[in-house]
Amino acid sequence: MGDAEISTSQWRYVEVGRVVRFNGGEFNGRLAAIVEIIDHKRVLVDGPSEKAPVPRHSAALAHVSLTPLVISQLPRACGVGVLKKKWEKAEVDSKFEQSTWAKKAAQFQKRRQLNDFERFKVLKLRKQARYEVRKSLAKVRSSA
Amino acid sequence: MADKPTTKKYAKGERSIPHASQKASKYYPAEDNSLPKKARKSIRPAKVRPSLVPGTVVILLAGRFRGKRVVLLKHLEQGVLLVTGPFKVNGVPLRRVNARYVIATSTKVDVSGVGEDVLKKASESGYFTKDKESKKPGEDAFFKQGEKPQKKETSKDRVEDQKAVDKALLSNIKKEAHLADYLSSTFSLRSSDRPHAMVF
Repeated sequence: MGDAEISTSQWRYVEVGRVVRFNGGEFNGRLAAIVEIIDHKRVLVDGPSEKAPVPRHSAALAHVSLTPLVISQLPRACGVGVLKKKWEKAEVDSKFEQSTWAKKAAQFQKRRQLNDFERFKVLKLRKQARYEVRKSLAKVRSSA
Repeated sequence: MADKPTTKKYAKGERSIPHASQKASKYYPAEDNSLPKKARKSIRPAKVRPSLVPGTVVILLAGRFRGKRVVLLKHLEQGVLLVTGPFKVNGVPLRRVNARYVIATSTKVDVSGVGEDVLKKASESGYFTKDKESKKPGEDAFFKQGEKPQKKETSKDRVEDQKAVDKALLSNIKKEAHLADYLSSTFSLRSSDRPHAMVF
């Protein structure tokens, strides 16, 4: 029998300091930090971001997604001012903006607002790009 | 003199008496004559959407050319639009189209160079119908069923008008990248497309 390799899971936990993103509802797409866990379905969240603030309220976990960002050593049920300071120190907004998640979301948002002609141009340019990629791939393959 | 009312004078004032011919008839018709009902509706001039400005690229939704993206040239009366492909780009000729069966896009093509006289000629009432054969099913049509239908010749006037309209348009279309390709492509929806949420 071979040795079984056991490692801890890489799940994101619902924990105090975890940054969450609202999917749908009034605060759609906004970020907030978990300040207190109310029960297995609800958490107290607060988003002190300048551009897209979320007031402190209890939110259902079904309506938010956990991001990989965590504000480390956030005390349980901390006040608004403390959270704001910690939030800025952890650079949550700028860190999230650099993530693929945020970039994809921005792209979807932009694509949705394109008009018919612009959609056609996207289609055509994507085709051209794909053709170039396939061409160079075929070249590499044939030489290998 | 005969139909004039007579006036009778009294000590205090006077009274006019209508002539005998003005009197209501003693008799009324035994049978009712039916009168045609008066229509209280009137034909209002059709009002097209403000997005349908001449020069707008428009998507046709019905008819033989459904799905084609064409250029709107002019409004004709009663919500009818005059439209051209241009013919060289997507095969849609000068054509009349119902404004209801059209999606207006936000893309515009400059139509200022298109000759006024050609547009005026095309918007006259008989222009599109004058050399159309009537499609009555007759004995001849019955016996010709098996045969291949003869190819219709397009009249020279129409060909020339088409060229005159498209010439100015084509040079404008070529100026913008991808626009000619866009006009030659057709519009269609996939299962993931939600037209109510799309921007046109």
